[in-house]
Amino acid sequence: MNKLTKIKESIFPPFALMCSFIGIILLLIFIGSIFIDGISRIDIDFLSNLPSRYADKAGILTSWTGTIWIMIFTALISIPVGIGAAIYMEEYSAKNRFNTFLEINISNLAGVPSIIYGLLGLEIFVRLSQLGNSVLAGSLTLSLLILPIIIVATREAIKAVPNSIRLASYALGSSKWDTVSNHVLPAASGGILTGIILAISRAIGETAPLIAIGALAYVPFVPSSPMDEFSVLPIQIFNWTTRPQAEFLTNAAAAILILLAITFTLTGIAVYYRNKWQQKIG
Amino acid sequence: MNAKGKMKKLVLHAFSKENIIKLLLQACALTTILVTLGIVYILISEALLFFNEVSFWNFISETEWTPLFPNAKYGILPLVCGTLLVTVIALSVAVPIGLTIAIYLSEYASIRTKKIIKPLLEILAAIPTVVYGFFALVVVTPFLQEFIPSLEVFNALSAGLVMGIMIIPFVSSLSEDALSSVPDSLREASYGLGATKFQTAFKVVLPAATSGVTVSIILALSRAIGETMIVAIAAGQHPKLTADPTVAIETITGYIVQVCLGDVPHASIEYKTIFVAGLTLFVITYLMNNLSFIIKRKFKEEYE
Amino acid sequence: MSEILKTELLNVSYGEKKALKNISISIPANEITALIGPSGCGKSTFLRVFNRMNDFIKSCKITGDVYVENKQINQKNVVVEELRKKVGMVFQKPNPFPKSIFENIAYGLKVQGVKDKETIKNRVEESLKQSYLWEEVKDTLNESALSLSGGQQQRLCFARTIAIKPSIILMDEPTSALDPIATAKIEELIIDLKKDYTIVIVTHNMQQASRISDNTAFFYMGELIEYGKTEVLFKNPSKESTENYITGRFG
Repeated sequence: MNKLTKIKESIFPPFALMCSFIGIILLLIFIGSIFIDGISRIDIDFLSNLPSRYADKAGILTSWTGTIWIMIFTALISIPVGIGAAIYMEEYSAKNRFNTFLEINISNLAGVPSIIYGLLGLEIFVRLSQLGNSVLAGSLTLSLLILPIIIVATREAIKAVPNSIRLASYALGSSKWDTVSNHVLPAASGGILTGIILAISRAIGETAPLIAIGALAYVPFVPSSPMDEFSVLPIQIFNWTTRPQAEFLTNAAAAILILLAITFTLTGIAVYYRNKWQQKIG
Repeated sequence: MNAKGKMKKLVLHAFSKENIIKLLLQACALTTILVTLGIVYILISEALLFFNEVSFWNFISETEWTPLFPNAKYGILPLVCGTLLVTVIALSVAVPIGLTIAIYLSEYASIRTKKIIKPLLEILAAIPTVVYGFFALVVVTPFLQEFIPSLEVFNALSAGLVMGIMIIPFVSSLSEDALSSVPDSLREASYGLGATKFQTAFKVVLPAATSGVTVSIILALSRAIGETMIVAIAAGQHPKLTADPTVAIETITGYIVQVCLGDVPHASIEYKTIFVAGLTLFVITYLMNNLSFIIKRKFKEEYE
Repeated sequence: MSEILKTELLNVSYGEKKALKNISISIPANEITALIGPSGCGKSTFLRVFNRMNDFIKSCKITGDVYVENKQINQKNVVVEELRKKVGMVFQKPNPFPKSIFENIAYGLKVQGVKDKETIKNRVEESLKQSYLWEEVKDTLNESALSLSGGQQQRLCFARTIAIKPSIILMDEPTSALDPIATAKIEELIIDLKKDYTIVIVTHNMQQASRISDNTAFFYMGELIEYGKTEVLFKNPSKESTENYITGRFG
């Protein structure tokens, strides 16, 4: 083995290790600079002010309340449908060509760019169903976006439930629904919960689909019904980022810190649950 | 049992609790098909209306895209070009780094090291893309301008580089799965011949996992093409046919956002342009996703 | 007769479990030595000591002395890749690379640093001829090795091993995954290889051991029970457990 090859071989492991960390290091640098810029901007006023033309008066009240409204309604819509679809595909549907077709379709939907879901929401929910650019339209749109995520995660969790549990239940004369609701779902609950939290975490970070359905940044009130107009944190961030004045960039930085705090908290909870659940099923 | 009795039995079954639950669950599953149909319907119907006013040939051969200006031109090429430019830059970051990480995790790293690295990569994938867009515009562009003074405020380079960082986890995780699936017997054969870990990893394992790695690259490519916020914030709103990464361009996704931010009346042709752009985007990503399925299925029996 | 492979008080354990206990043995050059014994008796572990393939199992601990060509190999300063070029291995299940037949054999040469295309081409042909495979594949060298039958794949694995010209070939039950006809071909090949190589073969098949080997070592529960010329061991075993195993009373 010649010298050059030997050098290549011994350099690779440390080089690869560097590559592994480069992404996270860059991310830390980015977040660090945002932190320096934005942390001082966060105060009670910032959290409770409405948006404004004046950077120092502007706040994220509408954005974070809007995010919460969207989060709740998206969860209400997508969770039952997603879990229902997953239960059907795993427990009720025969392993036939139709099931395969459903699977392929869901895989395809998972790969559709998020803005296309926005266009779908624009036509179907905003226009044709005449919901306007409301919280409901936004939630429906995001629900469709995260539906494949919930379905896949729930299916994986259901698949992991040992078959012996089902057989024991059937042997006692239980119906299929009894077995699913009393035995399979509880056993799979950890995995399902993890999947839901990750899906919701993804939904509240989405900007493009909500822009497409017309969610605005300048909404001078807190939504009080699902039919109200709304804004969300990512859109507020986007709006402030595109303003030329430097003070708005500071606002954006501060809002990003809030959004990241929410995202990391949710992801952290999901990972915690995933570890607990994986330990349980051994 | 007579006919009337049979009917009664059927009806009782149809309305039984079990059956109703089954139908409800089935309906949930069928919504996914409705979603696909919905997407295809809205994109095609508005696109057809568009093509009533603009010829398809014009659409694919015109070299300017200026639908929002008087004397509008409707050539999709500049948007496709912009998308491609950003995507190529992103992949040239994500693929080498992602593959290196994948090889390291699959062939070199201890279980403890993997336990540290893998969550760190997941974090990269969990950051909302609007935040990445902010980084690209506010941190990366000024930094790069130190080295490239001619770099415009909006450009493909910053957006592409940041997008590349965001996509690293896609490439590394899927490629690592592919590499780990290569049977150990092949590694044994290689070591038995006196090869080193490096030689085994690059000359036996990586080639054996070619189809899996290809799939991961195609899926990463598809993700990059569909990415919206990074380019909407940092890449610009100036569609042009260029290979210059230092100037402002516009991607397909960036254009759609640009129009949606404004007030566009429904019956206008500008409204229809976002759907025809969306249809272009959908077709490209759909073809790529299905190509990767086909490759994955075809090469499943690769080693035996 | 020169002892090309030797161990002294070799002990191998995987964590708490002891796989080999105090094995001391000398294996002569240019002969076929068979290792027999029931499953789990340690014969594969013993085989792999000579090319340090046990290194890949993290819990494996080795004490004692192991000599290949009179040099100690069980030490930190030994370049393991060089050792494996001298001590080749054929595995139980054929494991050709998913490359062409030609590339499979060329791989070992390239790893060794052989760059000259003519040399590679000649060695590939030479080793395929030595493995009785040349006639069957000479026109299809660029086709995938995976298109060959099981028996052909195993002969390819032999060719791959002998292409780098080791002095010793270790064989870990090389015919147990093959049908009788393929097995017969490979046994013929092994006997043929004896003149140029030292062969140590682990086998489950006692008829095979008595057919092809010059010496036989009987392992049981991690210990070397009996070792000697094949004829003697099979006709006149000196230990009772050897006789029981050979006559099929257990194992």
